[in-house]
Amino acid sequence: MAVQSTAAAATQSATVSPESPGTSPSADAGYGTSFGPAAALSCRECGTRFPLSPIFACQECFGPLEVAYDLPLGDPDELRRRIEAGPASIWRYAPLLPVPADVAERPNLNPGWTKLIKADNLARELGVTGGLYVKDDSGNPTHSFKDRVVAIALEAARTFGLTTLSCSSTGNLAGAVGAAAARAGLRSCVFIPHDLESAKVVMAAVYGGELVAIEGSYDDVNRFCSELIGDPIGEGWGFVNVNLRPYYGEGSKTLAYEIAEQLGWRLPDNLVIPIASGSQLTKIDKGLKELIALGLVEDKPYRIYGAQAEGCSPVSAAFKAGHDVVRPVKPDTIAKSLAIGNPADGPYVLDITRRTGGTVEDVTDEQIVDAIALLARTEGVFAETAGGVTVGVLRKLIETGQLDPAAETVVLNTGDGLKTLDAVAGTGPTATIRPTLSAFREAGLA
Amino acid sequence: MSASVRIPTILRSYTGGQAEVPADGATLAEIIESLEKNHAGISARVLDDTGKLRRFVNVYVNDDDVRFSDGLATVVPDGASVSIIPAVAGG
Repeated sequence: MAVQSTAAAATQSATVSPESPGTSPSADAGYGTSFGPAAALSCRECGTRFPLSPIFACQECFGPLEVAYDLPLGDPDELRRRIEAGPASIWRYAPLLPVPADVAERPNLNPGWTKLIKADNLARELGVTGGLYVKDDSGNPTHSFKDRVVAIALEAARTFGLTTLSCSSTGNLAGAVGAAAARAGLRSCVFIPHDLESAKVVMAAVYGGELVAIEGSYDDVNRFCSELIGDPIGEGWGFVNVNLRPYYGEGSKTLAYEIAEQLGWRLPDNLVIPIASGSQLTKIDKGLKELIALGLVEDKPYRIYGAQAEGCSPVSAAFKAGHDVVRPVKPDTIAKSLAIGNPADGPYVLDITRRTGGTVEDVTDEQIVDAIALLARTEGVFAETAGGVTVGVLRKLIETGQLDPAAETVVLNTGDGLKTLDAVAGTGPTATIRPTLSAFREAGLA
Repeated sequence: MSASVRIPTILRSYTGGQAEVPADGATLAEIIESLEKNHAGISARVLDDTGKLRRFVNVYVNDDDVRFSDGLATVVPDGASVSIIPAVAGG
């Protein structure tokens, strides 16, 4: 029976993509089974389809391309069992990703399957009664969620025969690319703004690849990389977040899959997600929709909330103004991993938060630091500034009545606090004393 | 008034494969008109049906994103470098 069920699952399929649910793929991948269930690249703006290849913008309208699938529409119980029997990494979801079936056996960092922490202490502090969880992605190999997206891009680079792995980065991505390339035996050359936190610079450099600091902001770095890729110098290069971006973005779907599986194959009521480019938020939504379409979870409403730092809040500003486009800003915030002033997926974030009944909110640098301390004090989780942004925004959403505290909420921490020590530089010893009991008493600690 | 325009890979089918082409005009709108005269069809790729810059196109005059200045009305100095670049994400 099991064999018959698997065969039925293999022959029954449906394309799942936001623009064209239920339609057949129109483009031949040409790479055999290297991309698993992926069928084509599809433009998010106009729906034009292209063969799977290292391109990222629609030739018709410049819209971003994303992966469209023929996902297995078999018995959901069978698929759940197959996933649960898989490795403790994102590769347990290989049947839903643009990767070959044997991906877990190839040299890679095997990221994912990070902890979903039931945050009862934080819930009490914030007055959440419906259940509160922290999805703690600091547990990834290079201590941020970027390992997820890079792992998918790496497989695409291998398939396309690209020999240099590269990226424009606000820090976390550079480290993830350097580490992934080292493990895979590829050359890496990554680009960062010149003023990043020192820990992120070290983490980007330590893996032995080339690290280039650009005199300018992240948006300047991004522009430089976009021009480099159109130049003969960039031939054979896989920029994970430029020409491999359609594949890269799919890695963020695994956050949605893991949250649902770790909750017992169900969806939470609310998710609070940080916004830099907006890619992660849009792909988590895509992942949740796929879970519903595949019958892996019950179809129920969920609200997605976006979180930004006030010093770089173009999406929040557009949301509050009722706009459907995002006016770029010059970033000025301690949350450097979210400091993208011209967020490419901003318009989609606006669509998704409005569609699901969520909102986009922002917090000051001071509130970010307070939230880092709050999460550390209540749950023992030391978040980087982006985690301070999501927890700070969660607190603000509750205080302003935008988020129902009686609903079940998942808040994301996407990176490790050790990467942004400067943000909490004022933290130090309660007292410095001589090594005697009397000194301990005199310090008022006994 | 003339400028040099950097063409992204996906638009080079309109410029015979050239990565950089000259164009005339005192504003970005005039530069795009000039491009269209010499490379028919390119304007509709950069502008939407209402004549505005498509939302996933970034245009720089020298080093400045035109969205921070006057959009299509942005002044293009003689000898300027204009770059047309697809928006990208990441971080």
